[in-house]
Amino acid sequence: MEYRQHKLDNGLEILAECNSQAYTSAFGFFVRTGSRDETAAVGGVSHFLEHMVFKGTPNRTAAQVNLELDEMGSSSNARTSEESTIYHSLVLPEFQTPMVELLSDIMRPSLRVNDFETEKQVIIEEIKMYDDQPPYGGYERIMREFYGSHPLGNSVLGTAETVGELTADQMMEYFKAQYSPSNICIAAAGKIDFDALVADVQRCCGGWESFDAVRPNPKPEHQHGFKTMHKPQSSQQYILQMAPGCATEDELRYATSIMTSILGDDSGSRLYWEFLDTGLAESAGMGSYDHLGCGGIMTYLCCSPDKAQANMERLKTLQQKIYAEGVTQKELDLAKRKIASHIVLASEKTNTRMFSIGSQWLAGQKFKTVAQIAEIYESMTLAQVNEAIKAFPLDKSMTVVVGPKEDLQPV
Amino acid sequence: MQEKIFHHTFDNGLTVVAQPMPWLESAAFSIATPAGFRYDPADKLGLANLVCEMVQRGSGDLSSRGWVEALDMLGVDYSSSVSLYDTHFGGAMQSAQLHDALAIYADVLRRPTLPEAQFEDGRQVCFQEIAALEDDLAQRAILQLRQNIYGSVDGRYSEGSMESVASLTIQDVQDFFKAHYRPNGMIIACAGKIDFDSLKDHVEKLFGDWEPNEISPADNVIATQNYQHIEHESEQTHIALAYPGFTYSAPEFYLNRGAVGVLSGGMSSRLFTEVREKRGLCYSVFASCHTLLDSASVICYSGTSSDRAQETLDVIVEQLQLMADGIHEDELRRLKVQIRSGMIMQQESCRARARSIATDWSHLGRVRLLDEINDTINSLTVDSINEFLREQPPANFNVVTLGPSPLKLKG
Repeated sequence: MEYRQHKLDNGLEILAECNSQAYTSAFGFFVRTGSRDETAAVGGVSHFLEHMVFKGTPNRTAAQVNLELDEMGSSSNARTSEESTIYHSLVLPEFQTPMVELLSDIMRPSLRVNDFETEKQVIIEEIKMYDDQPPYGGYERIMREFYGSHPLGNSVLGTAETVGELTADQMMEYFKAQYSPSNICIAAAGKIDFDALVADVQRCCGGWESFDAVRPNPKPEHQHGFKTMHKPQSSQQYILQMAPGCATEDELRYATSIMTSILGDDSGSRLYWEFLDTGLAESAGMGSYDHLGCGGIMTYLCCSPDKAQANMERLKTLQQKIYAEGVTQKELDLAKRKIASHIVLASEKTNTRMFSIGSQWLAGQKFKTVAQIAEIYESMTLAQVNEAIKAFPLDKSMTVVVGPKEDLQPV
Repeated sequence: MQEKIFHHTFDNGLTVVAQPMPWLESAAFSIATPAGFRYDPADKLGLANLVCEMVQRGSGDLSSRGWVEALDMLGVDYSSSVSLYDTHFGGAMQSAQLHDALAIYADVLRRPTLPEAQFEDGRQVCFQEIAALEDDLAQRAILQLRQNIYGSVDGRYSEGSMESVASLTIQDVQDFFKAHYRPNGMIIACAGKIDFDSLKDHVEKLFGDWEPNEISPADNVIATQNYQHIEHESEQTHIALAYPGFTYSAPEFYLNRGAVGVLSGGMSSRLFTEVREKRGLCYSVFASCHTLLDSASVICYSGTSSDRAQETLDVIVEQLQLMADGIHEDELRRLKVQIRSGMIMQQESCRARARSIATDWSHLGRVRLLDEINDTINSLTVDSINEFLREQPPANFNVVTLGPSPLKLKG
């Protein structure tokens, strides 16, 4: 296993974990742009642009892009979040050069108007699809309510209206402001010929002109409160809570991640024993949503509507108890074992390694190997985890409830 | 890559089958216990699912909580599910823990406490699963379709109904366990960093003295119905369509798999291109092979705005009918690369491999080596697939829609 890196003159970074024993090669273009970089007038443009990137370039039509992805037998996709847009592909090593050439080419899309209008319909269908799926826009709503006017409250998908009104010119303007090579990194993992990778990227992307892409980083004023979204067709009630958490660059992030594992893992956690083992809820979980400059800890419950009020009260009691008493050494030991095993299983997948490298770059962190990350988790003490618990009280949160019940009361 | 499958069937009918993957640090098991929901009495639907829940609430010397903690301490990422034929328990972990994990599951399978005090909690979990299913509209359409095509027993799903689960007792659970959890027909499939001889000895110690028990499932009755609409006030209309397919053991399986791959095997496949890329009718559209032991079908799905649903269904049907005209050389070429890549990618995951070995064994009584599959795929020609499609074109469509208004099935 060898870690290599290289930076082109225009600022484009190439990072790779080369494993000569691997059977596959994974590549990802990580662009530091997402819904938090959008203005209200272009809500959803980052995600829409992610779709348009597959719609062709001066060198290829949309159909040709799809054909080539399939001709290499690749497993390829893309994803957009509040802070990043990632284009990724897993292929057999023999396709390294053609895949890098293809991904590099589509990163300079044509945004042809015909394709733009057809794809707009697909995006609107995607928005409607999520409108039919639990928690029925609850995630977007809690982000908006929790972050208030901060750009992290922007919806990734946008709405049928904002997407409907977007023009290809507006998208091109956004592209030209965000897709600077200095704002992009290429992450690779698995069986990688690094020298060939650098040469290919230099040839395909060396001519991209660099410019400053600045991300505003205002301090959010986290909102607290209780909001109800009435959804009479839903059979279950969905409860989402967001409490202030740590930022990506926060020293407490590892302790926070252990904390959410102890409290909210899908097995053996506090939430598990309180709600899942007892059948009081269908699902319950907790996750740390860290971003540049700020973050949140989300708690999620799905249960039958008649249990929702009592469950919210139980949740509050549980949160207060955790805050007052902290967690135990035994819980910490179990969490560490789970995390260590999870790290080993995840590290065997080339794709997971590529995402880890790219995500560390997005977060502005120095690269850490699997072993180094495992060591950090192993070194965490009870005092550190309990410090995270005191730093981020879970009951000081924004709550959004979605479902058929209209009369739920804040607790 | 060296691919070797080892297997041994003990006198009591239990089979252990394994693939060593020495390049990994992890190992996974997949246990198929022949206690699927086809054995649920008609008035006790959901019983196998409740039993699966209950056997994981304490076994051997372990309490319900002790059991979860023991697995967490070993770092086992575990899961369970119930299918028509089997109750399935799976786990992945660092390879050194595999034997200890299997010992815990020997208690689950042979010595569960089935505590009455846990019964109500266990039943509540099943109620929650039924309620959650209500909110999964795509899944509901597909499950209804499967009921319509496969019949009263084979078309069931594991959860049962609120009424049937409400009628179950702890006695039902104990009786079902006693009759159906048995070694004959059980498969323990393992993959990863393992030594087969010591695995076999270990399994023999754990399960060798377990007495077999013969039972047979209820008769299956198929009603004839080719269109059903489920009224629901949703944003999208969910379309599920099926036509007869070929079982995994049938000689035509890979010819059919090839044809379905052309329909829905990637971003350049026919359904994706015609329904989504050219017309922008939906976000999600796919077709896949679904196989039981003795019957099979191809199931297609798409979710789309209600005012465009009729056009979506029409385009899907038209594309299916066009298959009778045959496929093209370039389509088959892409498909072959995709299947080959997919098989190699599977070698990164012992969990996927263990599951697939267990499935092979239950369908075929042996494991198809990846080389064998590769040879079969390579032997497919445009002529062989087209001859198959001329003789067996997609026909006899069966459709379920879920949404605000019904559609018309043409042709």
